[in-house]
Amino acid sequence: MYTQALNTKETVTAAEDPAREARFQARIDAEDRIEPNDWMPEAYRRTLVRQISQHAHSEIIGMQPEGNWITRAPSLRRKAALLAKVQDEGGHGLYLYAAAETLGVSREEVTDQLLSGRAKYSSIFNYPTLTWADIGTIGWLVDGAAIMNQIPLCRCSYGPYARAMIRICREESFHQRQGYEIMVTLANGTPEQKEMAQDALNRWWWPSLMMFGPPDTASQHSDKSMQWKIKRFSNDELRQKFIDATVPQARHIGLTMPDPDMRFNEATGHWEHGPIDWEEFKRVIAGGGPCNRQRLTHRNKVHAEGAWVREAALAFAEKERARTQQKAA
Amino acid sequence: MSVTTTSIAVDETPLVLHLLRRADDALILGHRLSEWTGNAPTLEEDLALANIALDLIGQSRALFDYAGSLCGLDEDQLAYRRDARQYRNLLITEQLNGDFACTIARQFLYSAFIDPYWREAMSSSDATIAAIAAKAEKETAYHLRHASEWLIRLGDGTGESHRRAQAGLEELWPFTGEFFEVDAPDQSLIDAGTIPDPAELHDGWSSRINTILARATLTRPKDSWMQTGGRTGRHSEHLGHILAELQYLQRSHPGAKW
Repeated sequence: MYTQALNTKETVTAAEDPAREARFQARIDAEDRIEPNDWMPEAYRRTLVRQISQHAHSEIIGMQPEGNWITRAPSLRRKAALLAKVQDEGGHGLYLYAAAETLGVSREEVTDQLLSGRAKYSSIFNYPTLTWADIGTIGWLVDGAAIMNQIPLCRCSYGPYARAMIRICREESFHQRQGYEIMVTLANGTPEQKEMAQDALNRWWWPSLMMFGPPDTASQHSDKSMQWKIKRFSNDELRQKFIDATVPQARHIGLTMPDPDMRFNEATGHWEHGPIDWEEFKRVIAGGGPCNRQRLTHRNKVHAEGAWVREAALAFAEKERARTQQKAA
Repeated sequence: MSVTTTSIAVDETPLVLHLLRRADDALILGHRLSEWTGNAPTLEEDLALANIALDLIGQSRALFDYAGSLCGLDEDQLAYRRDARQYRNLLITEQLNGDFACTIARQFLYSAFIDPYWREAMSSSDATIAAIAAKAEKETAYHLRHASEWLIRLGDGTGESHRRAQAGLEELWPFTGEFFEVDAPDQSLIDAGTIPDPAELHDGWSSRINTILARATLTRPKDSWMQTGGRTGRHSEHLGHILAELQYLQRSHPGAKW
């Protein structure tokens, strides 16, 4: 997911203050929202910082694969919609960095972690966008998967994150519909367009399923996140919801899931999928995806190229301050 | 195997021609600005430049829509199936983005012209142009403010930003003469009260430039030979590359719907 951070174990140190921590947990259990000035266990704060900043980084890195098609979008309507979507992603990054700042980490600090490769972002953005159908598929599958994970986050125990997620979910759900509409158009188009749509689905389906993180049997996610109501559903539960929602959509437009084992289980009412290649997932997370190097190199290049502009803005602000002081004196 | 072209020709009455000129300005500049998405010096600027690009693409759509209604074509046919020689945009809009200072200089020079242009066009005798102008002017007023504020910061920022901003201005200045050109078809529309006379906007533009450059501690480039040709389809080498990207899907799948 955009927040695969939760799949890494948080080392929980001895309770800093057991009585305080018990009161904190009681507030969480009562579905009370934790706000920036409230006391919170250090591990809760660290987990959130990691999750929120990873989510923000995913939005920022995610601008690259979709931005790749802005200048080539096939109609003015599609171009405007795609540009607005990528802009929304930048906006999501901005609110999320602001939410992380309420936990005492600056945007510069977390940006630095991204640029140096210490922070992770969603594995999905390390795959390339090869055709226009990839833009439809990302909206449909990637935003669709993100929504599955993010809707429960609107009820996350940490107030600023939960509130940011409400707005983000609204926009993501719009993107998901837009993406699916691109797929509907392609699937009902010329044979070449339909083939383009199927090819994109073939390439993005499995990486989309991997977005939810490792299976529950292998997941390292800490029970703490559930207990703290940062996470409310397990990886497999969310993945299943996504599959159940998506398979009928694909069938409706005549596309085939690239999974020969995919079948509907009448007894459970769920779609069952074949084995996911977790080796690929681990490799991509560890830096071995088709675009990991490209994405990070690009982000670093943009950051370095913009340095003189940021310096100029600071220098000007400094001069203005001096001029105002001089006038006042 | 017979090969037919996917290019179209447009019957350019004076009004259609003028609408295409303005639409092409907005589309091509919007295209250039959209290239900054994900590449800007700050996240806030990524959002701002994308926003301006969206405004401009929106303006081009309204203008194409009106032009198309007069010549029986739709916005995508006009945008995606005219060749470079049929494009009517100002040369400044197709120039390379260069660094951030160059992009800001271009946006400033153009917005300082087009914002008063739209303000005047709000009283056009053509109700559709007046309506398009009323919406566009609100947007370009913001574009002008945004570019002016940045130019002031870059000019009066560090030595490096000053040098880059001055270089951007020098690079683009020879393209500003084209803003004020009037040919016979445009003159007929000016005479009919359909569009503003750009020549009358020159003094206001010039004094706006002087005011902002003074605050930015930048020097106004000297007027000398001015570039021309965009309005009749004689472009710089850059436009062909823009159109190759912009049009490729429509061109490679003739007749497909997207």
